[in-house]
This record gives sequence, structure tokens and C-alpha cells, in this order.
Amino acid sequence: MNEEMLEIPYEIPEDARNPVEPFLRMDRMPHIWCPACGIGTTVNCFTRALLDSKANLDKVAIVSGIGCTGRVAGYARLDSFHTTHGRAIPFATGLKLANPELQVVVYSGDGDLFAIGGNHFIHAARRNMDLKVICVNNMTYAMTGGQTAPTTPGTAITATAPYGATEPTFNLVALAEAAGASYVARWTTYHVKQLARSMEEILNKKGFCFIEVLSPCPTLYQRRNKMGDGLDAMKDYKAKSKVRNGAPTSECTLSKYGEIVVGKFVDRERPDYLETLKAQMTEALGDRYIEPEGTCCSEC
Amino acid sequence: MHADPRGVLTGVHFIDGDHACCEGTLAAGARFASGYPITPSTEVVERFASRIPTVGGLFIQMEDELAASITLQGAVWAGAKAFTVTSGPGFSLMMEHIGYAAMTETPCVFIDVQRGGPSTGLPTLPAQADMMQARWGSHGDYGIIALCPNSPQECFDLTITAFNLSEEFRVPVMMMLDECVGHMTEKVVIPEAEKIEVTPRRYTTQTPEEFHLFEPKADMVPDMVKAGDGYRFHVTGLTHDERGYPSMNTETQDVLVRRLLDKLKPLANGRALCETDGLEDADVVVVSYGITSRVAQRALQMARKQGIRAGKFRLISAWPFPAERIAELAGRVKAFVVPELNMGQMVLEVERAAAGKAKVISLPHAGGTVHRPETILKAIVEAAR
Repeated sequence: MNEEMLEIPYEIPEDARNPVEPFLRMDRMPHIWCPACGIGTTVNCFTRALLDSKANLDKVAIVSGIGCTGRVAGYARLDSFHTTHGRAIPFATGLKLANPELQVVVYSGDGDLFAIGGNHFIHAARRNMDLKVICVNNMTYAMTGGQTAPTTPGTAITATAPYGATEPTFNLVALAEAAGASYVARWTTYHVKQLARSMEEILNKKGFCFIEVLSPCPTLYQRRNKMGDGLDAMKDYKAKSKVRNGAPTSECTLSKYGEIVVGKFVDRERPDYLETLKAQMTEALGDRYIEPEGTCCSEC
Repeated sequence: MHADPRGVLTGVHFIDGDHACCEGTLAAGARFASGYPITPSTEVVERFASRIPTVGGLFIQMEDELAASITLQGAVWAGAKAFTVTSGPGFSLMMEHIGYAAMTETPCVFIDVQRGGPSTGLPTLPAQADMMQARWGSHGDYGIIALCPNSPQECFDLTITAFNLSEEFRVPVMMMLDECVGHMTEKVVIPEAEKIEVTPRRYTTQTPEEFHLFEPKADMVPDMVKAGDGYRFHVTGLTHDERGYPSMNTETQDVLVRRLLDKLKPLANGRALCETDGLEDADVVVVSYGITSRVAQRALQMARKQGIRAGKFRLISAWPFPAERIAELAGRVKAFVVPELNMGQMVLEVERAAAGKAKVISLPHAGGTVHRPETILKAIVEAAR
């Protein structure tokens, strides 16, 4: 890269602050993510969405599992929970049900949410639990050194598939729709505007919402597959992505070199878990039913 | 403080141990449960599912025990008192989150109605073979509390104690029932709410600016907060400093892990819960717990009738193990007899505490039924010689 390109042609005031700083635990910077990793980009989009949604940040909780994306909870200046591998969704379920006024966001990776945590994902979608699930899909287990994930496309080289992956991959958006999600979208870290808007949309939507974000892992996935660096990933996303809002999710399977269908695929209204529960209890018990606001202990 | 009367079913009841446990959770103030069906424990949450909509709370049946055991912890961090219920195979799956609760100091209760194992084992028949698993089942070093009721009445009483201890020490507390106690129907007296002491959660009085999530107080236990109150706190299962931030260094690890164990020391010794009888002049002491203690009671009566000076030491809080009490006894008795529905688990603790100063006789049983009193009597007679 040309050194001259890096020169900034104006003075930066000493008290200048990045607008995302109030959303982050700046005392934990620098973060652990590699140069050109896409997770930070998604976090930028998320902070933008929080800002634009005008959410009361004291009432937003973020829950992560384990992995590179699992570290997002630790950097967000929110009530934040770094749970066990795959279990962010059930933890978030308890958090939401015991205090329904919380906006609960699950932010985790593809391996965490769809391999070890796959069962929890489909059941939370089936229940239409009021959770906002953001999955950063880098197509590999990055934290542990780049092993095969259920999202690794066929023939890609990984640490545990040195001769090329052979298993078919999960189509995450189709899985989410089939399981019952109220909202399903996919973007890449190239689509920052669209991603931030999508995130803002789900912060204002009730029910189980799911966004898949394709994100580069230059250190492990791309290096092993001779796919270049972070900039190459952006060029690749730009060239291969086709925005097809409302596309049938069955046509959105990802492959190693093929087209990347992005957009909002599902946006439907279904009563969420608590609405259904309260309606049924009221029907069955009438005046005897006491709504579960009182799940907090009596002294608080 | 007193129990919330909404959850207290005051009166005299004829119910089994599982149902009594459920009433204990409600009296203790639990308003959230997540579970997964498994014999012989399911009655606890069946009753909870039936009772909770008219008390004001929620039960959710999760997709598996992995989920059930962490959903309740999400509820705790939102301010609820919460628990789950299971038996052996499910208890195995829950180990992951018993470790998480210990590491994140999440107050909660796990009820394990023990059945024969290993694996699927004897789903409908009793055992006491999860005792070591309750203590050591998750990886790493940590401490927990385990209570062993031997009657439906104690299932009620000790469930309240379990919640109270979990709030005081901020550890997962295990209620270690066995199939016999869980399915045994007896009289259970539930007092008025104002006669039931309930330990409230100790929330911080500090401002968000002053507050550190894992700063230990004088009792080595940090104060709690809950999500939504503006503290913007961070909870992680990684080794963490007093702010709750991950810290991958040996010093933080040493301070944290030592505290997780040391904070339970008061309960290991002075405050250990046990029931004793006839220890003053005892030559032989029978150490037992749960259903086995009721068989041992018969054996002790028969031994006393024969003129043998036999004493009773019933473990109610099995973990932390009351090692000092056993060590003190070991200096003045001939032998301990330890019957249990496993191949010899708590007897290892008795041996460790006795340190060779008294003979320790194990009476193992693979489970499926209880000992015969005569078997225990025979061991007492031989030990007294």
C-alpha cells in the first residue's frame, strides 16, 4: 500500500472521540481481534444501530457464547454476559423471561450458535422467544485455530480438514426461517449501512430475530485457502453479493466461490413466547392467573 | 426477612418428597424454574408448573438439561430466585453450568433426585451415587454446598435452607435426594409465612461508578446486582478480576480460585448441618445420610438394645464435608460404619478426616433398593468387638 495514502490532510483535535466510544468498554481496549477481522466492523454497525434506535442502554443486555465473536459481550458497555460454549441463547432466555423489559441481544459466532448451540437456536426460534440474535459467520472456528465449522463450505481447507472439507453446510437463514424466526436477514461486513439498518430494525421488532453477517477471517480461513487479505475479502463480497430482499431462503445456500445472496428474507408477525403464554394462562385460569412480572424477588 | 405468603401453602399435607421440594422452592421465594423431564425427579417441576401461574412466576421446559441449567442462571441475573431439577443422566449434563454458577458466583439451586447409575442405570430405583459428582463433577477447583434430606418434611425445610445458603455464599446448592425420599409420602407441615426465614439477595448499595462486581466483602462474598439497573456490569466464566474483566494471569487465578473455596469454610466446620445422637459414650458411630440414615436408625436401635454403645452421625450438609467434627470423634471412638447406596463415596471423606485414628468400615450397596438393617447391625457388632 502507498504510504502517502495514510496521511490525513487535517488536524485531529486532542479531545476528539470516536462516536462509538460511549458504547464500548474503552478500558478493555485494545481488543483481541486480528487486523482485518470483520467482527469489529459488525460491532461498529451495532453501536450505530443502538444509537439510531434510541434504545435505553441501561435496559439492553448482551449475551455471547464462546469464540472470537463470543468476546463482543466483553467489550460492549452494557449489562453483558460471556456464557458457556453454545449456551448464550438459553441464558438469554432466562434473562428475558425474568425481566421482560430488557432488550436481550445474543451476539455470537457460527460455530457457537449452530454446532454446539444449534439445538438451542432452533428451539428459541420455534418459541419465538423475544431475542435478537446476531451471528458473525466467518465459516470457521477461529479462536481455536481455524477448524471446520458446520458453515465451512465444501472443499475449503481447515486445520481439521487439511485435504478439504467434505460435509454439506448449514444454510443458516433457511434454518432460521424453518424453525420459526420472525425476522431473518443476511449481510456481509461490506454492507455496513444495510447491516446497521437491519440491526436497528430488529431492535424495534418483537419476537425471535436473526441476522447472519458474513465476516472475513484473513488469519485462518483465507490464509489456508489462499484467498488473500481483508481487502480482498471486501472486494470478493462486493463482487459476489446480490441483494435480493424477500428471496426464498432455500435459494441462499453459501458456497466457497459462489454468489452470496444478501438482504432481508423474512419479516413476519407471530405472537412471541410471553404473549402466547399469558393468553393461554388467562384462558385457562381467568382471574387466578398472576402475570410473571413478579419473577423478581419480592424485595426488589 | 419472612417468606412471601403468596408462595406458602400453610397447613398439614400428606405429600411425597418431590412435591415437598416444590413447596420449599415456592416458600423460599423461587419464582422461576427451567427443567427437562427425567425420572424420578419430574414431579417437582410438574407441581411447580401447576402452582406457579397463580403465585406469579414462570416455569419453562427447555430442550435439554444443558439449556435448563443455564436458563435459570439468566433468570437469576435478571433478579429472580431460580432452580432446576434432575436425576443422574441430566445431572451429568448440568455439570457444565454448575461450574459456570460456581465461577460467576450465581446463587441458584439444583435438585438431584438420585437413581441407580452409571449411565441410564435404574431410572425408577434409588441410589446415592452422585455424591462425589455433586462435589467434583465440573472441571477445575470450586466449592459447592450439598444437602441430604431424609424425609418429605426435610425436603421442604432444606429446600428453603438451600436457597438461603445459595444467597449467603453465592454458590450453587445441591439438594441431594434419592428416589426413596423423593417418592416417599409422609406428613409435611408447612408453617405460616411469617415463621419462615428467607435470605434476601444482598444487592449492592454502591453507585455504578464505585461498584466492582467481584469485590469481596468481609465474608469473602461480593454483593449482587441485576441486569437493567444501570450498572453495565460484565459476567464471564473466564478467570476475572474484581471488576469482572477477563484476566489471564496466574495471580488473578490464584486469588479467585482460593476465594471460591475459602468462602465456604464457615459451613465446613462450625455451621455444618448434622444430626447426632448417642455420641457421648459411643464406641461405634454410624455415619449416614438420606434414605440410608433411616435404615441406620433401625440398626442403631437394635445395637443399643444389645448393649452396644453405638452413636448416630447423620450428614445433612454433606458438602462441605464436616471434617473437623469427624476428626474430633475419631480421637475417641473405635470405629465408623458408613453405609451408603453407592460403592463407597462419602466413606472416603470419613477416612480422610479420621486419618487412621479410628477404623472406618464401608458398607457399599450398588443401589436399586436400600440396605437391610441387619447388615448395618452386623457391621456395628463386629466393629464394637
